[in-house]
Amino acid sequence: MDKEAVKKPAKAPLLVVSKRDALPLGKRILIRAAALVSAIIICALMILIVGKANPFLVFAAMFRGFFINILPSIYSVAILLGISLAVTPAFKMKFWNIGAEGQALVGALVTAVIMIVLGGKLPDPVVTVIMLLGAVIAGMLWGIIPAFFKAYWKTNETLFTLMMNYIAIEGVNLLLEVCGGPSHVVGRSLLEHGRMALFNEPYIIPIAVAAILAVVMFFYLKQSKQGYEISVVGESENTAKYIGINVKKVVIRTMAISGAICGLIGFMIVGGVDYGITTTTIGGRGFTAIMVSWLSKFNPFIMILTSFMIVFLEKGANSAASKFSLIDTNFSNVLIGIILFFLIGCEFFLEYKIHFGRSSKEVQK
Amino acid sequence: MSNTETTYALKLEHVTKRFGSKVIANNDVDLDLRTGEVLAILGENGSGKTTLMNMISGIYHPDEGEIYIKGEPAVINSPRDAFSYGVGMVHQHFKLIDVFTAAENIVLGINTEKYNLKEATRRITEISDKYGFDVDPGKKIYNMSVSEKQKVEIIKVLYRGADILILDEPTAVLTPQETEKLFNVIRRMRQDGKSIMIITHKLHEVMAISDRVAVLRKGMHIATVNTADVTESVLTDMMVGQKVSLDIARAEPKNTADRLIVKGLNLKNAEGVSVLDNIEFTARSGEILGIAGVAGSGQRELLETIAGLRVPNTGDITYIDPSNKSEVDLRKKTPMQIRDLGVRLSFVPEDRLGMGLVGNMDIIDNMMLRSYKGGKSMFLDRQPSKNLADKIIKSLEVVTPSATTPVRRLSGGNVQKVLVGREISSAPSVLMAAYPVRGLDINSSYTIYNLLNEQKENGVAVIFVGEDLDVLLELCDRIMVICGGAVTGIVDARTATKEGVGLLMTTRKQGAV
Ligand SMILES: Nc1ncnc2c1ncn2[C@@H]1O[C@H](COP(=O)(O)OP(=O)(O)OP(=O)(O)O)[C@@H](O)[C@H]1O
Ligand SMILES: [Mg+2]
Repeated sequence: MDKEAVKKPAKAPLLVVSKRDALPLGKRILIRAAALVSAIIICALMILIVGKANPFLVFAAMFRGFFINILPSIYSVAILLGISLAVTPAFKMKFWNIGAEGQALVGALVTAVIMIVLGGKLPDPVVTVIMLLGAVIAGMLWGIIPAFFKAYWKTNETLFTLMMNYIAIEGVNLLLEVCGGPSHVVGRSLLEHGRMALFNEPYIIPIAVAAILAVVMFFYLKQSKQGYEISVVGESENTAKYIGINVKKVVIRTMAISGAICGLIGFMIVGGVDYGITTTTIGGRGFTAIMVSWLSKFNPFIMILTSFMIVFLEKGANSAASKFSLIDTNFSNVLIGIILFFLIGCEFFLEYKIHFGRSSKEVQK
Repeated sequence: MSNTETTYALKLEHVTKRFGSKVIANNDVDLDLRTGEVLAILGENGSGKTTLMNMISGIYHPDEGEIYIKGEPAVINSPRDAFSYGVGMVHQHFKLIDVFTAAENIVLGINTEKYNLKEATRRITEISDKYGFDVDPGKKIYNMSVSEKQKVEIIKVLYRGADILILDEPTAVLTPQETEKLFNVIRRMRQDGKSIMIITHKLHEVMAISDRVAVLRKGMHIATVNTADVTESVLTDMMVGQKVSLDIARAEPKNTADRLIVKGLNLKNAEGVSVLDNIEFTARSGEILGIAGVAGSGQRELLETIAGLRVPNTGDITYIDPSNKSEVDLRKKTPMQIRDLGVRLSFVPEDRLGMGLVGNMDIIDNMMLRSYKGGKSMFLDRQPSKNLADKIIKSLEVVTPSATTPVRRLSGGNVQKVLVGREISSAPSVLMAAYPVRGLDINSSYTIYNLLNEQKENGVAVIFVGEDLDVLLELCDRIMVICGGAVTGIVDARTATKEGVGLLMTTRKQGAV
């Protein structure tokens, strides 16, 4: 037993992690529900102990916060969903596009500029159509430029798309400077022509557009030839080349689609609902969307649920924060964090199973 | 210091490994490796050889059973643990960092000693001299041929002090000459008291190198026998579980007509070195044209040039369309257009998953890689691919839970069957198959040969690049021999001899061996 040559590793594994078979749908839903319930219980304890408030009242306030004004809430879901759908094809292609924020913002910017420049000079519906086209093309350009550089000169798309965000933000600053006058506001008074609304209800169109986009994107990715090309390029560029896919073309085309959808979202925000623009018009949703997309495993229908959950948590937590003295936005961010932690964490248990180490007779000493 | 003389370097008892609930890769395996012997592991594709070795080298953990090393129970949870027991494995897919030198790769990840490249280089040279490797420690990996990379992998294992070596299909990517060199190294290691397990599908190699053979079938250990006591055909029968006949039924070429005419083809690589040197030949329908040559003599470049993946510097490639006898200049076509004409390249790359297949996609979607463009619709039609997948699984006996299994979960040989099956089934008019049986078990290899024969009888012009001269002589109608990128002869396979072809393969030696 004193062989020195053989150094033994300390011990048998305590936990063995192994990949499991695909679980049936029912079980998957059950595990996720369990994760959600656990998260809620932990949140309730936090609220009770740290926030010194009745968790039920807080939860009630959260629900009220989301549901009391149901249309604007669903509209927020739609916007987040729209941007999430937009970034999905690029990520599926392993193109690390973190420029959705800028692509949407530039769409918003072009919308505002066209409203200011052409508003009143042309019939309103014409202005609307020009706004739509302008925003989509602008977003598309914002997507194509980094894709083009990546395809032809192998620039790093993450840095490039990030930089493009700042260009869009400075573009908006310029507009605020030029048109906003001393108060630096470009708001309703300036942006009154070309507004887009259905039945005098600004929220319907964006919600409908996002819903249609989700369906279209689902079939585009799963069933279309272009969607298939995206998967192949994402999985292995070598294979793609080998079988004769024009990788450059696919990269540029896909980013054009991503950017165009972002531009469309920017147009709907400014031309449909906000009638105003600031540098925070997109408000970080271009980044949140990345999480939504990955969390949903690139499935557009799951993205609907995920966007809903995130908007619900944000809106609800804000409204709770306004009602309970010890609960502020930081506190509500903690709650959001706990819930996301559990939901993301349970994905691990859906893929892997853990069992305890093997019989002790194997552990030699 | 050890007073107990261990005859067994390694012993497995009741080792079982499952993947999910459907796949039992290893079922209650008892196996032993004697100290200082070469044990060959033999089994059909998917019989669990790689999985078994992976458990010994710490990639997987057995679900059940025990591993004893030098008489003591071993707990191996990682390759690092394996090294601490003196076990080192050379995987079929190399794990080297391209931009590092050999020496840097070899010392990488050893954190028990100080990083001292000079000292390391000295020790590497020592090991090389001892076992007869010729490797330049300062050479970067991306400048290396496959066999050099393999040597680096083996030295890496020896450098870490392994005395139990596992080699997973080391010869699949080597030429016969390189294989002989490797075997010399193995013999020296055996003399030095090291215990070696080697996986190979080539029975003559088993006979040449091993002391004993362990046969696996469908995850179970059938028997371990002394190599001297058996013949190749006994081993085949043990492996398959029944009597098999290994014949290639070569028919006389019928209705031959010129299909592909290559004239004066020259190609220089990125460094400006000539890789194809004035190549001229004609491939005819209803005939198998073999290409023989030392690996790296330009076979790959030639086929890729015909397929439109490389642009030749000079030369003509003319395709004669069987439907209307018109001549088509392939140099003016894109790879896609060439494929649509029915010129199919089935190159089995050294890196199977890297090029021909997408590891994360299932078999059906991988079938679609070649055909998805078909039809006017912008949507995919998966049904034909599904039928094709089912057909290939059945005819080539692909071991897989289902057609919707991602190909990365298949064993090496089964990955290959999917790849070759897809190419052959695409109803080509010219079929170029390079090394289609690399990594296939003997039974499947013959299935492929007979599929190629079937294609030939259907009037396809088949171009077959092979490395086994016996097979080339048995399967082909004509054999074109190339050496250093130039044609050194085109011979009739029915009358040519192995020696004759071998001579042509080396008559104008340039470039790597
Ligand atoms: N990671 C994995 N997940 C699921 N199944 C696997 C995995 N690895 C191997 N298998 C399955 O286990 C079986 C044995 O595979 P293994 O790679 O050990 O075969 P092999 O004997 O090495 O075959 P080959 O000669 O083709 O390389 C196969 O049926 C394979 O599909
Ligand atoms: Mg294997």
